[in-house]
Amino acid sequence: MQEPDKISQREITDPAVYFNRRQFLQTGILAASAVATGVVYHELNHPAAGVTKTVPLAGLTTTPTNADNGFHAAEPATSFQDITHYNNFYEFSTDKEGVAAAAAGFNTRGWQVSVEGLVRHPRVFSLAELLSLSPPEERIYRMRCVETWSMVIPWAGYSLSKLLDVVEPLEGARYVAFESLLDPQRMPGQRADVLNWPYVEGLRLDEAMHPLTLLASGIYGQALPPQDGAPLRLVVPWKYGFKGIKSIVKIKLVAEQPRTTWSEAGPNEYGFYANVNPHVDHPRWSQATEQRIGQSGRRPTLMFNGYEAQVGHLYAGLDLRANF
Amino acid sequence: MNDHDLRFAKRLVLLNSAVPAVVLGWDAWHHQLGANPVNFAILTTGMLALVFLLLTLLVTPLRVLSGWNWIIFSRRTLGLYAFFYAALHFLIFFSLDRGFSVASTVSEMVQRKYLLVGITGLLVMVPLAVTSTNAMIKRLGGKRWRALHRLAYVAAVAGVIHYYMQVKKDVRQPLAFAAVLAILLGYRWWATLRRPVPAGAGKAGGGL
Ligand code: HEM
Repeated sequence: MQEPDKISQREITDPAVYFNRRQFLQTGILAASAVATGVVYHELNHPAAGVTKTVPLAGLTTTPTNADNGFHAAEPATSFQDITHYNNFYEFSTDKEGVAAAAAGFNTRGWQVSVEGLVRHPRVFSLAELLSLSPPEERIYRMRCVETWSMVIPWAGYSLSKLLDVVEPLEGARYVAFESLLDPQRMPGQRADVLNWPYVEGLRLDEAMHPLTLLASGIYGQALPPQDGAPLRLVVPWKYGFKGIKSIVKIKLVAEQPRTTWSEAGPNEYGFYANVNPHVDHPRWSQATEQRIGQSGRRPTLMFNGYEAQVGHLYAGLDLRANF
Repeated sequence: MNDHDLRFAKRLVLLNSAVPAVVLGWDAWHHQLGANPVNFAILTTGMLALVFLLLTLLVTPLRVLSGWNWIIFSRRTLGLYAFFYAALHFLIFFSLDRGFSVASTVSEMVQRKYLLVGITGLLVMVPLAVTSTNAMIKRLGGKRWRALHRLAYVAAVAGVIHYYMQVKKDVRQPLAFAAVLAILLGYRWWATLRRPVPAGAGKAGGGL
């Protein structure tokens, strides 16, 4: 029998030490891998982060509050952070939590809005000219998205009727057509054919002339941030949010009902009217309840989003199921 | 791969698969789930359920193509996590979105066809989870067990269809998932065409 090799005998690590070291190493690897997985997971899936820079709006006034006009919803407003970091604006991103980041730095310098069509005084307004038509008023409106979430938003702006009064619609004008900016350079979401760009929307003239219909230039007393439709957008509080066209460059008075982006994208899912209506469901989901952002639990959705007293008469005799 | 390393690899999969659930719970506790936390949790767990289903279906092709036979150990764990995330997905919807109302959950399911597809996916995973133990594999026998566990394909197909149907307009991502699933299922189809498995051959672990 050969003598065991003395040197190697001495070099064999004591099994207890060996397994300890091994266990130590493995625990380390386990922990490190878990941290790495956590970081990757968070990178791929996180809610909107970041803070939006604000620019105060000059000359904000408060409209006389009167219980009946609907100008000031008597409900706690959604936080500025949530309003600016959870919304749809497909021109930038189809991810509601990704819009703010994608829209940051959107350049609105030299913005112009053409008001044209069946009006006595067609005209291209600079943004400053438009804003100077009437001082911005604070309007606290409920906002109900067709996706069944809702907010309460302190907008700033003036009734669209003030602009329409300036340009004077002609006899034959029965509808107002709106158009958003088309610029895939500045609006990266437009590089994909998710919707038929540019985004277009429309209202009946009487809807457009209603005092609740707002041409908004701000939120919380600040200029509209890019993600919420800078520099100028429409707000129609009794209709689903997608009627509120953003970053408007054209307003045209027309005789026939104009085409609208979502009703073209899904004719049986989104109509021209899009009035908030808990009794008429979306073909794929119920519209009876909504999730108020910042609150827990769902609440019942109100007819015309709670503005029935103000706007119900506009739809007297109209079949709301057929005209959804 | 020796037993020791295999046990370590098992732990690695077990631990890392739980990480998203832990981070989600941690963020929920610290109010870090954004403006619509319930929806965020529903979307996250739904996405995780689908990702784990696809990972489960990836194990066999990867094993055959790479020759790393030992990776089969991960299939059961990944599959159980797919079930775990899908169940969590449903439970968050039932509790926090529907306020524990069975009536509201059921009426919503009837209303939203994609929820019926989703519940199909979840329900077919129940027998798979129940029969995932070694004892059950023995009791059923490899052949029957394998046949039963083909329901995993049904779950994955239901998951992808459910995802596609609930998207409002931007279907790019669900289509990408559909493409991955088509490759994973297409591989199996191609493999059976190439080499029909004789009846009764192989262990329980071999089939899927
Ligand atoms: C195999 C089982 C299931 C899988 C793989 C699955 C997967 C998914 C995925 C991937 C999403 C989209 C996530 C995203 O957009 O990021 C989703 C959304 C959703 N799923 Fe599931 N799901 C399953 C079962 C269910 C069940 C049983 C229910 C409830 C009955 C359900 C309810 C929902 C809801 C409510 C949404 C969100 C819709 C929205 O708010 O946009 N799912 N699911």
